[in-house]
Amino acid sequence: MPEKRIVLRNCNAIKPNRISTYLAGGGFEALSKVRGMSPEQVIEEIKASGLRGRGGAGFPCGLKWELAKNSEGDGKYVICNADEGEVGTFKDRYILERDPFTLIEGMAIAGHAIGAESGYIYLRAEYHYLLDSLMKAIEQVRKRGFLEQFDIDIREGAGAYICGEESALMDSIEGKRGEVRYRPPFPPTKGLWGKPTIINNVETLMNIPQIILNGAAWFDQMGTERSKGTKVFSVSGDVERPGVYELMLGSSLRELVEDLAMAQRVKIVQVGGATGRIIPYSMLDTPLSFETVLGAGAITIFDESRDTIDIVYRTLEFLAEESCGKCAPCREGTEALVGILSKFSRGEGESRDIVVLEQLSQAMMLSSLCGLGQAAPIPVMDSLQHFRDDYENRIAEKMAVQ
Amino acid sequence: MSRISGRISTQSKDQNNLLVLLEEAQSKFGCLSQEIMSELAKSVGVSISEVYGAATFYAFLSTKPQGRNVIRICKSLPCFLKNSELIIESVGREIGIQPGETTPDGKFTFQLTNCIGACDKAPAMMINNEVYGDLTSKKIMAILKACK
Repeated sequence: MPEKRIVLRNCNAIKPNRISTYLAGGGFEALSKVRGMSPEQVIEEIKASGLRGRGGAGFPCGLKWELAKNSEGDGKYVICNADEGEVGTFKDRYILERDPFTLIEGMAIAGHAIGAESGYIYLRAEYHYLLDSLMKAIEQVRKRGFLEQFDIDIREGAGAYICGEESALMDSIEGKRGEVRYRPPFPPTKGLWGKPTIINNVETLMNIPQIILNGAAWFDQMGTERSKGTKVFSVSGDVERPGVYELMLGSSLRELVEDLAMAQRVKIVQVGGATGRIIPYSMLDTPLSFETVLGAGAITIFDESRDTIDIVYRTLEFLAEESCGKCAPCREGTEALVGILSKFSRGEGESRDIVVLEQLSQAMMLSSLCGLGQAAPIPVMDSLQHFRDDYENRIAEKMAVQ
Repeated sequence: MSRISGRISTQSKDQNNLLVLLEEAQSKFGCLSQEIMSELAKSVGVSISEVYGAATFYAFLSTKPQGRNVIRICKSLPCFLKNSELIIESVGREIGIQPGETTPDGKFTFQLTNCIGACDKAPAMMINNEVYGDLTSKKIMAILKACK
């Protein structure tokens, strides 16, 4: 399947600092259309489209909105998660740089649907250089009168991967340490400052205006049975052409990695960043979808010269550093995994270490408080499944030396 | 009307928002000293330990004085694959300090950081809020020379 630009349709086509160029291409027509619809109708449309969250978890967008709309209480919030901290992800940066207006329109539509009057864009500290242009874009939209019923403010992060996790993100907006909350209650019932809140990824919100304008049926016919529409991928690592690509969901990993990004001698593709899956070359025909592998669309390619254990070790080092520390399975577990992987990396791994890696991974998946600790063992488990020989060879080499 | 009241309520929230105040203090003073933290605790009405807890949670906040130019080199995998270790060495050699240190003249603080979302131009680094990509040892010399 070829590249298909829905989310990125305005990127490099409009001027991100000129609202007139956005309006000329039909900008804010979706918002006008929505103003003539009831919140229920808007939510029905999004539900029928089959749109699922693009931040990695894939929660049905319309359902999330419906939960928030039906929650009692005023002062509801729409939050756009622009904390893009997953290793190897930069698609949201690409979007924010090139088309802030579609995002703003998507947020305003969300506000109408759930009955919110204000929203936040939570921008990661590393993207501070985008703050000025984003604020100017919001100001232009405000001047044109599109934000009279729903206004948007920007909150900046201060350098913490975990703040991309929605409950930690809300704590950070509230001004606290970005620690994960116990759930339930979930944000649509009790979110930011205890108010019903939806948190959507940049890319999810970018899909909204097109769905409203073209209809749910248009969106529903793209993709696979449970993965509708397109996905924007950030491709990096051992490739000729790193960058951002938008593909129909269900396209094969091979098409993205070999045909578009022009990778050669591929050994491993990490799909979904640090907490994502480790895919061996033999599985390169895997389709990219929520049913198979996807995450937030970070695609990092490792060629045959790369060492599997080194990749997993570095991945876990990252996660151990970024664990918020609130729950013991994640705080202690990631450190313990790093310790064992470092033994393997030094050539000191033993057979029983593999057993510990597996048992600890299981325990963390079952008992961690949030996605970080639950998914941190994935690279370990995947590599043990597909590259067990690499671990065992390391042990055998050690025995031979002794 | 709702727009105006929305703006005002947001701003009044900011006056009590610890993280917003910490970020402002960080960019104004370059470091969150004990005095600043205890002052903030008083004005927001929270304990000093809560302020310290937030100040030390975030990588872009610092309780130690920092150089005028904070260099953050990305150490995550996509940059590592593009030889970020050479870049780390080059910067270290050029300014004569190791990651985690600040030059005695207060010109540079040298840090390693996790993914900065510039993997398409790896290896990459940030100096203060600016991103520099597709780095080479030669490029680094020119970039560092331009720092004041």
